[in-house]
Amino acid sequence: MTPFTYERATSASHAAHLLGERPGAKLVAGGTNLLDLMKLGIERPTHLVDVNGLGLDRIDDLPDGGLRIGAAVRNTALAAHARVRREYPLLARALLAGASGQLRNRATTAGNLLQRTRCPYFYDTDQPCNKRAPGSGCGALEGYNRQHAIVGTSEHCIATHPSDMAVAMRALDATVETVRADGTTRTVALADFHRLPGAMPHVETVLERDETITAVTLPPPVGGRQIYHKVRDRASYAFALVSVAAIVQPDGTGRVALGGVAHKPWRIEAADAALPDGAAAFTRRALEGARTTPHNAFKVTLVERTLAGVLAEATGKEPT
Amino acid sequence: MSSTPLPVHASITLDVNGRQHRLTLDTRTSLLDALREHLRLTGSKKGCDHGQCGACTVLVDGQRVLSCLTLAVMNEGTAITTIEGLGTPERLHPMQAAFVAHDGFQCGYCTPGQICSAIAVLDEIRRDVPSHVTDDLTAPAARTRDELRERMSGNLCRCAAYPNIIDAIEEVASRENGT
Repeated sequence: MTPFTYERATSASHAAHLLGERPGAKLVAGGTNLLDLMKLGIERPTHLVDVNGLGLDRIDDLPDGGLRIGAAVRNTALAAHARVRREYPLLARALLAGASGQLRNRATTAGNLLQRTRCPYFYDTDQPCNKRAPGSGCGALEGYNRQHAIVGTSEHCIATHPSDMAVAMRALDATVETVRADGTTRTVALADFHRLPGAMPHVETVLERDETITAVTLPPPVGGRQIYHKVRDRASYAFALVSVAAIVQPDGTGRVALGGVAHKPWRIEAADAALPDGAAAFTRRALEGARTTPHNAFKVTLVERTLAGVLAEATGKEPT
Repeated sequence: MSSTPLPVHASITLDVNGRQHRLTLDTRTSLLDALREHLRLTGSKKGCDHGQCGACTVLVDGQRVLSCLTLAVMNEGTAITTIEGLGTPERLHPMQAAFVAHDGFQCGYCTPGQICSAIAVLDEIRRDVPSHVTDDLTAPAARTRDELRERMSGNLCRCAAYPNIIDAIEEVASRENGT
C-alpha cells in the first residue's frame, strides 16, 4: 500500500477543499471498498481525509414530505429507518440485499454510490483495464465476461456498477446534493450522476475534483407495490447478475430500474410507459440496442423473467 | 521523477476490551493488524484480508465490523471489543459456551469472527434491524433460523459447521428470550 498522510476533515466543504488542493487526496468514510482497493494497489491515495464525525449521518424529513439522507448514513441505519421501511421499502430491500451485516454497518450512502466496479479485470493489476489504467485496453471485452454489462457499454469498457442501493434510488427519482471547496452547492439527479463509460471509463461520475456528496434526497413517497428482486449466484452475500427495482401501481403503471446490466443504474423512462404491456414489452424497450457476449447474453432473458415474476407478485396475476 | 512517499506514522490511543493502549503506527495499519501485530491480541483472525470472509469481525461501539477494512487511526475514540474481551477460558461468554456445546466449529479459525458476529446479530434483532429475509419490514424482526442464517452470511466457515453454528446461536437466543 502506498504510504499516506491522514487527516480528519472539519466540514464537508473542507473535505472538498482538500480534494481540490491535494492531487493525491481521497475521502474515506466506511472504507469498505477503498481500503480493499488500496491493499491491491488499485487506489493509491497519498492523503486520506476522514469524513466521519461531520454530522453527515442524519436522516431528515423534508418539508415537501420527502427524505434527506446524509452522505455518511450507514447502510444498516438507512435500511432500519422507520420511514424508509414504511414509505420507501424498495430502498430498504435493496440495501438489505447487498453485502453482509458487517459491511452494511460501515458502508455509507455516498460511498455506496461512489464504489468501484467489481470487474475482475479491474481488480487484477496484471490485466489491461481502461478504468484502472486509462489507455491500457479492456481485458473483459474478449475475456470471461459473464457478469458484465449489456447496455450502455463502449469498446473501452463493459464494467457494471455493483450497487443495489443506487438501483432502488434511481427508481425512486433520487437527487444527489454536493458541495465544493468554495462552499457552493448543487443538486444532480441520480439519473445524471453516474457516467456511461464511453472513451473515459475511469471518469465514473459528474463530480468535479473539488466536489463531494453531502446527501441524497428522495421525493415524497409514491406508494405502489415496491419490489427489489436480485438474482445472484448464491442466496446471500454476492453481487447481482441482474436486479430489478420495481414500483408498480394498482393500475399496472409504474417504474423499473435495473441493476447488473450497465455502468450505472439502468432506467429508460420510455420503457416504463410499456410496463402495463408486460415484462417482454418493457424489456424490449429498456434493453434496446443491447450488445451482449456469448457469456452474458443470458442477462436479457433473465431481466425479462425476473421482471415477469416481480410483476406477477405486484399485481397478483400470473406471469405473461 | 516522482519518488515513493515515505511511511507516515501517527500516535493514537485505542480502547480495546476496556483498556487504553497508546500506539505509534504506520497510518496504513488496519485495525486488524493493530490488534494482532501490535497488541498481540491474536484471537481476531486474518482470513482473506479483503472483507470477504468475516474471520476478522470485531465489535466497534457494540456493532460488528470487519477489522481488516478499517484503519486503526480511524478508530481512535471508539470502544473496540475482540474475542479476548468477551470471555476467558475459565469464564466463557454464553455464546462461546454454546459454540463449544454445539460443536460450532472444527478447525476453529473462523470461530472468533463467528462469535463476535453472532453476538451482534442477536443485538441487531433486538434493535429491530431488518434483514434480506424479513417478510414484513414494518413488523419487529424475528429470531427464526432463516433470519440467523441470512444475517450470518458474511462469516464463512470452510469446515462447514454452519448447522451447528446456527444451533448455538438459537440456544443463546432462546435463553435470552426466557424460553
